[in-house]
Amino acid sequence: MLFKNVSELIQAAEENNIPIAEVMIRQEVEETGKPREEIFAEMGRNLDIMEKSVEDGLNGVQSTSGLTGGDAVLLKNYMEKGNTLSGELVLDVISKAVATNEVNAAMGTICATPTAGSAGCVPGVLFGLKPRLNPTRKQMINFLFTAGAFGQVIANNAMISGAAGGCQAEVGSAAGMASAAAVEMAGGSPQQSAEAMAMTLKNMLGLVCDPVAGLVEVPCVKRNAMGSSQAIVSADMSLAGVTSRIPCDEVIGAMFRIGKSMPSTLRETGEGGLAATPTGRALAAKVFGPAAASKEG
Amino acid sequence: MKFRSVFDVIGPVMIGPSSSHTAGAARIGKMARQLYGRQPKWAKILLYGSFAKTYQGHGTDVAIVGGLLDFDTFDERIREAFQLAEEAGLTVEFIEEEGASDHPNTARIKIGDDESDFELVGISIGGGKAEITEINGFELRLSGENPAILVLHNDRHGAIASVTSVLADNKINIGHMEVSRRDKGKEAMMIIETDQRIPDEIMENLEGCEHILSVISISE
Repeated sequence: MLFKNVSELIQAAEENNIPIAEVMIRQEVEETGKPREEIFAEMGRNLDIMEKSVEDGLNGVQSTSGLTGGDAVLLKNYMEKGNTLSGELVLDVISKAVATNEVNAAMGTICATPTAGSAGCVPGVLFGLKPRLNPTRKQMINFLFTAGAFGQVIANNAMISGAAGGCQAEVGSAAGMASAAAVEMAGGSPQQSAEAMAMTLKNMLGLVCDPVAGLVEVPCVKRNAMGSSQAIVSADMSLAGVTSRIPCDEVIGAMFRIGKSMPSTLRETGEGGLAATPTGRALAAKVFGPAAASKEG
Repeated sequence: MKFRSVFDVIGPVMIGPSSSHTAGAARIGKMARQLYGRQPKWAKILLYGSFAKTYQGHGTDVAIVGGLLDFDTFDERIREAFQLAEEAGLTVEFIEEEGASDHPNTARIKIGDDESDFELVGISIGGGKAEITEINGFELRLSGENPAILVLHNDRHGAIASVTSVLADNKINIGHMEVSRRDKGKEAMMIIETDQRIPDEIMENLEGCEHILSVISISE
């Protein structure tokens, strides 16, 4: 492996004077023995899937349970009317993140980044930045390799599933990955990518996984909107020269220890947090019947 | 290092909504189909734990049926799997089991036709990955991530050596191997995971070995 943690990843990029995406591609070649072109083409197919999920979600979808769907359309229409509070870029990002997660909830085709429940942050940020930065297709594919490099470090040093470490590990990781990749696409340095990821993840620490009825819908879809907006804010902070006082690898270590000490009721069991609220239980009863709801809670 | 490829993190491409409840479930169904070797006429699927509680909302049921129809995790036909199963002459029954299971996401799949039937237990271990833990009553572990062969044989000395020597003669490396039997001296089962797919002519050699009753190949 060319890198085991963020500091080795940054070092590999700086020493060879290459972007993080290139470090990831070289490692993938070394690890799989596949030709570079094949790896690049495979990531290109994932990019196409993400673009399609965003499009489908912005056209409006509804989940089988009826718990989610249609919010991406509301956000898009609101943004297009103009005169918004958070501005066009942020609304574009979050509408596309929500679109992806609504498609996921409706059993559409998505690319897990890093999981299905957190699949909105990376494409939301990428396709939300597209009109602003006008990236080439190659730059967009590189965005995914950069996000993947940071995600791989989290997956191997902590966890990326809500069942293992709560939502901080899932949407937190996805948002961190997206912010690091956004910095690189905007022309920031490898170290600035790490700073953005650290600042995003720091703000996600402790976030629990408490899905209503155990389904990847409430609050997962909206948490992807919040995660992707934080990714953009952290990226801008880092590009402005703001740095994290706690280094990125130590933030990941903190996330791991917090995840380990989280009770199982707050790790994707649908038994605690929002799932255990009166409305959460009532929604579960509506979806699965009263017996199932009492089992859940 | 559990996650060695970038596509473990940016991927897989899958039908939503849950990597463990949908994609992993489809993988279990597909492994059942591959091990059975043909499309069954009926399927009885017992769900345990979290699978039993939330299978309808997560599409675990259609995903398993999609797998039985040989669909991949990203195949959009998964959504219409019930209708497609009916059209293909596959009758499906789901049973929610109350009892406990070792793993929260467990399915027991019984499939068959007029000639024979088959049974396995599969678990979905997260991120779309799945494992088989029992085949026709034999306790075994099969990841489905590598090519593998499943050998039903008489529980006699030399049966294992005869199979492994055919593989050795053909320079096929074994990555993982398990042997399980229900009763001493009766039938036993071997699972052998290999680094490469085993060609058809070697499969025929294996079937001809002494004490070997049947050999099934499963690809990645």
